[in-house]
This record gives sequence, C-alpha cells and structure tokens, in this order.
Amino acid sequence: MDIKGRPEPPMGLLRRLDAGARAGFPACFTAFLIILAAVPVGAPGLIQALALPGIFFWTIFRPAAMPAPVVFLLGLLQDLLSFAPLGAGVLTLLVVHGVALRWREVLVRQSFLAAWLIFCAFAAGAAGLGWALEAVLGWHLPPTTPGLTQFGVSVGLYPMLAWVLTRLHTAMRRAELAL
Amino acid sequence: MIRLSIPLRQALARLSLPVLIAAAFGAMLLGKADALLVERARMALADALSPIWGAVQQPFSALRDTVSEAETLWKLRGENARLVEENERLRRWQATALALEAENALLRRQLSWVPEPAPQFRTARVVADAGGTYARAVLLAAGPQHHIRKGQVALDERGFAGRVTEVGNRSARVLLATDINSRIPVTLEGSRARAIMVGSNMARPRLQHWPEGTTPREGDRVVTSAQAGAFPAGLPVGVVRWSESGAAEVELFAQLERLDVLRLFDFGLSGILPPEAVARPEPRTPGRR
Repeated sequence: MDIKGRPEPPMGLLRRLDAGARAGFPACFTAFLIILAAVPVGAPGLIQALALPGIFFWTIFRPAAMPAPVVFLLGLLQDLLSFAPLGAGVLTLLVVHGVALRWREVLVRQSFLAAWLIFCAFAAGAAGLGWALEAVLGWHLPPTTPGLTQFGVSVGLYPMLAWVLTRLHTAMRRAELAL
Repeated sequence: MIRLSIPLRQALARLSLPVLIAAAFGAMLLGKADALLVERARMALADALSPIWGAVQQPFSALRDTVSEAETLWKLRGENARLVEENERLRRWQATALALEAENALLRRQLSWVPEPAPQFRTARVVADAGGTYARAVLLAAGPQHHIRKGQVALDERGFAGRVTEVGNRSARVLLATDINSRIPVTLEGSRARAIMVGSNMARPRLQHWPEGTTPREGDRVVTSAQAGAFPAGLPVGVVRWSESGAAEVELFAQLERLDVLRLFDFGLSGILPPEAVARPEPRTPGRR
C-alpha cells in the first residue's frame, strides 16, 4: 500500500460563509437602505437618492460584488417601492453602473473630493435621465423641482454614505488580506 | 456548478449589461402594457414589507413625537393666549349654532326630511410614504381581514386627504389630493360654485374649471361636491388661496406632510369606475346640463 499525500482540504464551512457574506454584503446593504428609505420621514425622493450612491460606490470599489444583474434587481426594487414608472429607475441605475464600470480604472484612483465631484455629475445625469424617462413614459412634461430635489439629496448624502462605505470596504479588504 | 471556459465567461459578462438594458426597456413596455400586473407586484411587495416598515416606523414616530412635544412646550404661552381669544370667539359661534340648530329642527319638523345615515369608517395607520419623486401617495397597514375597498375616502383628523386607489391583502395605497393625478370635484362654500381641484405634486393643489363669473375668493372654504357620485357633499377640504403667480390654489386642512393615521370612510358610493370599465361616457340625458 503506497502512501499518498492527502489533498488539500476544501475551503472550510466558516471560511466559505465568511467569503459569501462579504460577496453578498454590498447588494444586501443597498437593498436594505432602499427598503428603509421608504419609511415616511418627510423627505421626497429618498429612495432614489440612496440607491444611486450605493451602486456608484460598489461598482467602482468592488465590481465583483455589484454585477449588472444585481443592479437590475435593485433597480426593480426601487421602481416597485417608489411610485415611478416601472423600468425607468432600472435603466438609470444600469446606465450609471455601465459608465462607472467603463471608467473604473480612472475613478478608483481619485481623491475623495474628486470622487464626490464626479458623483455630482453622475447624479445630475441620473436625475436628467429620470426626468426624460418620466416625460416619455407619462407623455407629459413633469415638473423639474422633484428631479432637482433628488439630485440635491443624493449629492448631499454621498459624503456620509461614502465615509461609512469606505470604512466597510477597508475592513473587508483587511479581512481578505489576512486570509 | 457549471464550469465555463474563461473566454466564454468573459464574453457572457460583457454581454450581460446590454441584455439587461434591453430588459429594462422591456420592463418599461410591460409597465405600459399591463399596468395591472405591475400594480399587483407592487402590492405583493408592499404586503411583504409592511411589517418591517411598521416596526421601523415606531422609533421614528417616537422621535417625531418628542420633537413636537418640545416645540409645543416652547410655544405654550402664545398658544394659550390665542386659545383664550379663540374660545371667546367660538362661544359666540356656539350660541349662533345652537340658535340655528333649534331653528333647523323646527323647520325640519315641518318638512318630510329623510336624515342621512351616519357613515361607517375605520382607521388605519400610515406605514410608508409610497410616493416617489413624481407622486404623492401613502401606504396604510390594515389587518389581514380588512374591509377596505377602492374608492373609499380618506380623511385625517382635520379634513380630506385622498382616496384609496389600490388594495392588497394587508395594505392599501391612498393617492393624496396633492398628487398630479388627483382630480377632486369641489364646491366653493361662499358662492356654491363648483370647481375641480387638481393636484400638482406641490403642497397646494390648484382650482380649475370654476363657472364663468364666480371667481374663487381668497379665504373661501372649499368642500367636496357630490357632483360625480364619488364623494358625499360637504367634506371639509381647505381654503382658497391666490398664489403670487395668480393661480387659485387650495390650502388643505389635512396635514399631508405628516400623516400618522387616516380614517377611511365608506359612503357606499360607486361613482369611481375602474379604468377597464370606462369604455365611453354614458349618453347625457337631455334634462341635465
């Protein structure tokens, strides 16, 4: 009977759970924020304003955890929870995701302030696209104030959200490097 | 798990975004073509999430209560002076009302007046602000065996708030009077002129289509009209205000920006037809204008 070396044991259950949790966290956290934003606190457009920074941030810093199908599902959730026409939010988020992914190499190296300014451009584009889709789908000219509000809220919320998300992201990366 | 070669996997990953964007356009078409399906999906999701919202709502309302409590304490003195003055005024009105009531009873006894039945109502808690950027609507949590149906009239403690537009198993959606899709037949109490109150997603809906010659006056009280058979006459709605741009608007009595509970009245009226039933308007009878 010859002696063979034991094959390397497969990834342990705990480690696999850990990796799975880390991979699923961005999507779940964004979905959680979207659901929470529907609670009435008196701020209009909060759902859209929270979904956009989440998807922007994770697309740049952790694209593997925020693939296009997940963005699609999050957009669907956002459209179903808000009263917006179905599909408009999905398209806006997918476009933001696609553009951010294309420019990822550049965006990932920016400082916080530059990232914020770039996000402002993204938020303006998303609000404009949302307005245009609302106009086409509803076949009337919607007022511009809600779009501006949404833009303002999402730009204002971004630094706070990004600060929390950056902390989470560095913690996750440290855990990955430690393995 | 299916093992794919690396180039194939890369190609799939590159293809997924265009496919999903096409799917988003598909979703838009679906939402336009089959509004009922989307509505049902929305209500199923809202049904599933309403317990979570109910739980999350509580700390928020506790916080809001604390803040408003502090504000009230702050303003107590001025409020008191105002109330004393108002009480004086109301006493005078009460006397007038009692006199009028007595006179009314006297006159009614001389006619064969059929009294109107008291309407049924139930109260439901507002759990979520279902409106997005372009809509004003709220979601109500109702028990699993509620008797809420479409078209019921929602009032807060002060006045008219909106109308039930969608009903799920454990929740219902109320389209507020400020929504851009809201059209409410109203009567101006001063001149008895009829008008339509049109929502504009702003805090104050506008008045439109009042009859020639009776312009709404600033401060005129606005009540619902029984004109279309959708509302009973005389529910308090608001007060006419002329905006700076010269449009007649209604300042609502209801505090739509902080709704906690709504009373849903069942007046047994069936004036609102479901969209699929509206094929063409009924021919006008020659006797009516």
